[in-house]
Amino acid sequence: MTKNTDKPVIDPFTAAMSVVDVKGRSPWEDAWHRLLKNRAAVYSAFIMAAMILLVVFGPMLISWESDFTDWDNTSTPPSFSTGHWFGTDAVGRDILVRTLEGGRISLMVGLVATIVSLLIGVSYGATAGYFGGAADRIMMRIVDIIYALPFMFFVILLMVIFDRNILLIFAAIGAINWLDMARIVRGQTLSLKNTEFVEAAKACGVNDWDIIRRHITPNLLGVVIVYVTLTIPQIILAESFLSFLGLGVQEPMSSWGALVSDGAQDMESAPWTLIVPSVFLTVTLYCFNYIGDGLRDALDPKDRV
Amino acid sequence: MIQDSGMARHVLRRLLSLIPTLLMLITVAFFLMRMAPGGPFDSEKFLPAEVEANLEAKYHMDESLLQQYFRYLSQIAVLDFGTSIQYKDWTVNELIAQAMPVSLTIGLSAMLLAFLFGTLLGISAALRQNTRVDYLLMGVGMLGISIPNFVVAPILTLLLAVYAGLLPAGGWDWSIASMVLPVVTLALPVTAYIARLTRGSMIEVMHSNFIRSARAKGLPESTVIRRHALRPALLPVISFLGPATAGMISGSVIIERIFTIPGLGSYFVQGALNRDYALVMGVVIFYGVLIIMLNFLIDLIYAWLNPKVRYDEKH
Repeated sequence: MTKNTDKPVIDPFTAAMSVVDVKGRSPWEDAWHRLLKNRAAVYSAFIMAAMILLVVFGPMLISWESDFTDWDNTSTPPSFSTGHWFGTDAVGRDILVRTLEGGRISLMVGLVATIVSLLIGVSYGATAGYFGGAADRIMMRIVDIIYALPFMFFVILLMVIFDRNILLIFAAIGAINWLDMARIVRGQTLSLKNTEFVEAAKACGVNDWDIIRRHITPNLLGVVIVYVTLTIPQIILAESFLSFLGLGVQEPMSSWGALVSDGAQDMESAPWTLIVPSVFLTVTLYCFNYIGDGLRDALDPKDRV
Repeated sequence: MIQDSGMARHVLRRLLSLIPTLLMLITVAFFLMRMAPGGPFDSEKFLPAEVEANLEAKYHMDESLLQQYFRYLSQIAVLDFGTSIQYKDWTVNELIAQAMPVSLTIGLSAMLLAFLFGTLLGISAALRQNTRVDYLLMGVGMLGISIPNFVVAPILTLLLAVYAGLLPAGGWDWSIASMVLPVVTLALPVTAYIARLTRGSMIEVMHSNFIRSARAKGLPESTVIRRHALRPALLPVISFLGPATAGMISGSVIIERIFTIPGLGSYFVQGALNRDYALVMGVVIFYGVLIIMLNFLIDLIYAWLNPKVRYDEKH
């Protein structure tokens, strides 16, 4: 109902605007220009794009299968003559293919678990901030309590207790990282809900959920984008942490953490098995952190670290 | 006088709010552990039904879950964490008492190192904002944040222990040499984070009006920094110490494993894998209480350093 009525009201407005010659720059355009000036962030974005392409398409281009054991070349150092550009592990598997395929898992966990934490965090934070009062106090008190718990320990417990399937990894890791998101979104919502446009919407009789959905959430986009980019590396790190302990993804699947763990065991005889996945993991985390930093400076200039 | 009663009220309020946190910690840990399929006696070869029943009776596992829960609560109320199932002759209290000094030594030294170097690097970067030194420090800092503990640890071991032979690759004998690698690895990401945090807040503080006033009345720059800028600039670092400790504790699980250090983290992982309920609960509660108490202390320090918090309490 509301949708149909506000369409025609907006359209003449935009029509009138487009006639005017002077074109202002939206805050988003401003932010975009600030971001482009941040060289570290731009380079990181390019490297990250290359990394994603490499991880997605790389394994198709390499003739080795990730589980093929080349018994003629076990623990061989990187060399072009054997065809294993980044060497092989103790049972002759190609390190490059394994690292790229591990990267698929690591990046996928990073993405999916971030979406989980995003959904929980934004809906929780927006609800608490919008309703305020007792609901807000209780909800934020719960966040404070969970914040004080040694969360990684609970994730370890979860992973030990249940069958380690990949869905559980998504859920468990996503569930750790929603707290920051909830806090930030709540703060932002608190300041948004006293703005004129929300009051106007209230005065028009728009119900609470529609206000949260149509007026509050779009305005949260800036901070949310920033924290999503900063959450992804945290989650990739958490997954690698679990996999390193042997509690993450299970063979034959592999992730960067699991590969680093394998490599650490053979590092004296075959240091490349440690170094190759370590470099991929670190470069990825480094780039995500720089992109997130750049986005924060661009979108949220008042809160820089 | 008024200020004192405000502070006392602040302390009391904070102390009371610790109770639900503690209760939640214990409850979640307890039921999570008991939800697990499989029990602690699964690994023993073929136990006759009677023996297993006897064992379960000994550890009160024949009672209902709720009974066990309240039994456990009354037990830890007198600080008795029960007997370890895996290490047969040990109580959990003894195990924790034995492992705690090791973990605490590593954690405290790492924290001290991180705080000292982090703030120092952050301040020197801030005072040279947008120079090459600043970019270099912050670039290295970002690297410190991005490289995971479990990558730094094996690579440092490879370089300093295996190739150079300067330090032992693992183990723990209370010698400085055996402490260097674990402490440095644990401190690295926290140092980097504190450095970035300090730099940001220092820059902000140096641009504020009260610093301009201090300079305007002719104070030398070093006094301006020491007497006026330092305290407000360190506030965000102080409030970061809570999460930093939590991060270090989970990091220590990895570090203790890599360097084969007999600390609480290794007991925790071993205990979780063996379903040693009492041991796992003991470690979780111990660390939980540690984090909670630390956050409480940090809160007090924060309120003491930042008068705004105290005044807000009253209104």
